[in-house]
Amino acid sequence: MKENFSIIGKRLGGLDEKDKVLGNVVFADDFVMPGMLYARVFRAEKASAKIKCLDILRAQSLPGVICVLTADDVPHNESVKNVVGQTTEVGLLEAKHQVLVKERVRYWGEAIALVAAESPDTACRALELIEVEYEDLPAVFDPLEAMKPDAPKIHGDNNIIASWKLRKGDAEAGFAQADVIVENTYRTPRQEHAHIEPESGVSWMDDMGVINIRYAAQVIEHYRDIATVLGIPESRVRVIGTLIGGGFGGKEDVTVEVFLALLTWKTGRPVKLTYTREEMGYGRHKRHPYVLKYKTGATKDGKLTALEAELVSDAGAYVYLSPWVLVYSTVHSTGPYFIPNVKVDASSVLTNNIMSSACRGFGGMQVAFAYESQMDELAEKLGMDPLELRKKNFLKRGDITASYQEITSEVLLEEAARKAKAALGEKGRGSKTKKIGHGFACSWQSYGRMTYLHDTSSCWVNLEMDGSAVVRTGIPDLGGGQRESVRAITAEVLGLKLEEVHVISTDSQVTPLSGTVTATRALYMSGNAAKLASENVRKIIVEEASEMLSAEPERLNLKDKTVYSVDEPSKLLPLVDVIKRCAAEGKVPQNLATFKAPFTEPITTDIIKDPVFPDFTFGAQAAEVEVDLETGKVNILKWAAAHDVGQAINLNRVEGQIEGGAVQGIGFGIMEDYLEEEGVPLTWNLHDYIIPTSKDVPDIMSIVLQSKSGKGPFGAKGIGEPSISAAAPAIVNAIKDAVGIRIYHIPATPERIFLALQE
Amino acid sequence: MSNRELYDIALTVNDQEVKGRVKAETTLLDFLRDNNFYEVKKGCDKGDCGACTVIMDGKSTLSCITSVLQAQGSKIYTVKSLGTWDKLHSLQQAFVDYEAVQCGFCTPGMLMTAKALLEKNDHPSREEIREAISGNLCRCTGYKKIVDAIEAVSKGVRK
Ligand code: FES
Ligand code: FES
Repeated sequence: MKENFSIIGKRLGGLDEKDKVLGNVVFADDFVMPGMLYARVFRAEKASAKIKCLDILRAQSLPGVICVLTADDVPHNESVKNVVGQTTEVGLLEAKHQVLVKERVRYWGEAIALVAAESPDTACRALELIEVEYEDLPAVFDPLEAMKPDAPKIHGDNNIIASWKLRKGDAEAGFAQADVIVENTYRTPRQEHAHIEPESGVSWMDDMGVINIRYAAQVIEHYRDIATVLGIPESRVRVIGTLIGGGFGGKEDVTVEVFLALLTWKTGRPVKLTYTREEMGYGRHKRHPYVLKYKTGATKDGKLTALEAELVSDAGAYVYLSPWVLVYSTVHSTGPYFIPNVKVDASSVLTNNIMSSACRGFGGMQVAFAYESQMDELAEKLGMDPLELRKKNFLKRGDITASYQEITSEVLLEEAARKAKAALGEKGRGSKTKKIGHGFACSWQSYGRMTYLHDTSSCWVNLEMDGSAVVRTGIPDLGGGQRESVRAITAEVLGLKLEEVHVISTDSQVTPLSGTVTATRALYMSGNAAKLASENVRKIIVEEASEMLSAEPERLNLKDKTVYSVDEPSKLLPLVDVIKRCAAEGKVPQNLATFKAPFTEPITTDIIKDPVFPDFTFGAQAAEVEVDLETGKVNILKWAAAHDVGQAINLNRVEGQIEGGAVQGIGFGIMEDYLEEEGVPLTWNLHDYIIPTSKDVPDIMSIVLQSKSGKGPFGAKGIGEPSISAAAPAIVNAIKDAVGIRIYHIPATPERIFLALQE
Repeated sequence: MSNRELYDIALTVNDQEVKGRVKAETTLLDFLRDNNFYEVKKGCDKGDCGACTVIMDGKSTLSCITSVLQAQGSKIYTVKSLGTWDKLHSLQQAFVDYEAVQCGFCTPGMLMTAKALLEKNDHPSREEIREAISGNLCRCTGYKKIVDAIEAVSKGVRK
């Protein structure tokens, strides 16, 4: 491939962006069908209870109500899924799930019944007419309590649903060699995704008996789950994804799709279901809160000797993706450092809290807060510059991690940290009551799914007779520009303009499946698939042209709809002439390609000792904060974030991912906490659950490093999740620098800081 | 509840007259969406996110906490009043050029807030821009590129 890109790495104003500013995009809730019903979900107002009596008769008989469904109406209400690659200690993990509560409510907000009515108002009124009689059951809300043998059990007879370990060297011996040891316990909050678009979709039965669900889906492959619940063939369920108004993992697990399918299947009519903002709060998973015990040792010249850690995550009332999130935490728990002796024990525990599952960072984020706080505290104890200490321990290409994975791409951590710190410039002066501090943190985050999941991604590319291209890719676009990336890659390979490539995406029966838009895998997987398919099409064209031009195919290039010889640029052909000849000869310039991530065997032992991820993205963020001694409030004055993205596809988008990730991470660090009291949610709304506004954050200075060493197209690495993890520890380290106190429990709210200052 | 009185309502949206019969509690947002102005987004329905912002009689207005009866006879503008595919409004162009758009769900509201700001204050400082858009939540961009885009328009620079 030529080195001088015409599209890749530039600042591209994409076509989707144009439709977005024009208000043209038909988001999930903007779609209507004639004769459509409106659905609502009736939810439990108990965290742990038995349903003694559920009365839907009054709701059913309300004029305009078409149906009310309960667990009894769901063909396969309860599902049991084997979670691939579970430890022997926990046993084969059977994640139990119920579509609607059958007998036992396990968290406040759990779905009990579905209503479909002729109007939204009627559906809403029907909810008020449903009556439930509960009998309270014992409950447990603290994950550490839930681990105790006599704690009330949420499912089965063990609340611990996953446990993973790292074992490398001899931790005890490592601590014996250490001159300094720091030991702390950290806590992280339950973060809400807070995408601005609520979960939403419309379903209908088409004239071929297929149930169609058009909704904001990060995972169109959920059509399989829908088919299982309904007990119908997978080929009878079609998921049509939309452009998504933000997801961050919130639209990764099943949301509205099963409810919609059930209602259409029962009524035969189109149905719309859109969650209210409140329902997004109590009806859907959150980021796992963690308790993290860390003990880190180093020699006096700053070499890390040992790490011992215990991680406990609150999985909430259902298993969902908790075991996998825990794998991420375990693997990433060392930080991007080479540590000779490591002993990490991680557990995920069921409670009667709202369930936890995927959320941008996926377990890599909570540990970053702990390992980067530890590094700063070690540096302080050693009297060493925090970057100096890190430099002595950064992983390098070729190193083996504590989970026994070789680092096979560049690690530009030193450069990232140096540049992020330098971007802050001189520290401000502050005042008597307002103290200024600088802090930074480094992080690593995998991109691509766990390799034992055997991830693949397919893409189909075709050249039309006029030289324009049509691409079909299953990849959903959750707002990160995933579709535009596929367009850019195809255009680059085929020498076309962006406008000459049309991308049809995210339809489970029309586009080749490309997998989920999760795990920072979209660019890596669907980008590689698009590149592969485009290159195969290019090959067809170049081979045909080589005959026509009597030139070596390797010496031909495609640009501006011409095929020309790089040696004799006057030797050229219009692309359309080549396509015509291909057509005449039956050599259709199209290709369906499948990209495969590295495949590994499932982990079958408790100890992770084989590679789990395709690769990692490394970066650093630096903060200048002002802490008000009188109120404890932190004001963020400056922020710089530097990440090695391997190769930018659209430089604007890359910066946007970094800036947005940093701000979401800042929210996690200082303001966001989805609160529950005895399982009862307290922060349903965006006026209770506060996320950063434009006034809460400064201009994020994004610094894009490009090592070209990634596994994605053209050497790209993923950046969606990696941009979020370093933010919280950077703030906490800066607070320490400003006022000399360290916050171990985030978010670092004014109250927590104020109290810590009093001590 | 169901036999509430209905009221006649007439207003203009993007210079087109729109009429209807509504209940007193109908919000302007629901009225607009029910009349196919789907470009006005519902992010929270509580006045917290700004996604539903329209310009009503010259002022940026949260349509989800505005009763449609309050909008009787008023002139409403949505994002679709701004530009076309071939000729984007300068703010829309800047949002594309500066990538002030990611998922785009906050964008229609954000653009209307920005437009109302520039009509009042054609050279806002970055702080004034941040103040003006502080009721429009964006979970994707981190805001910098939005501020960049609005500032660029106010300064007449094109990227
Ligand atoms: S929908 Fe109106 S402010 Fe959120
Ligand atoms: S671009 Fe997604 S919320 Fe603003």
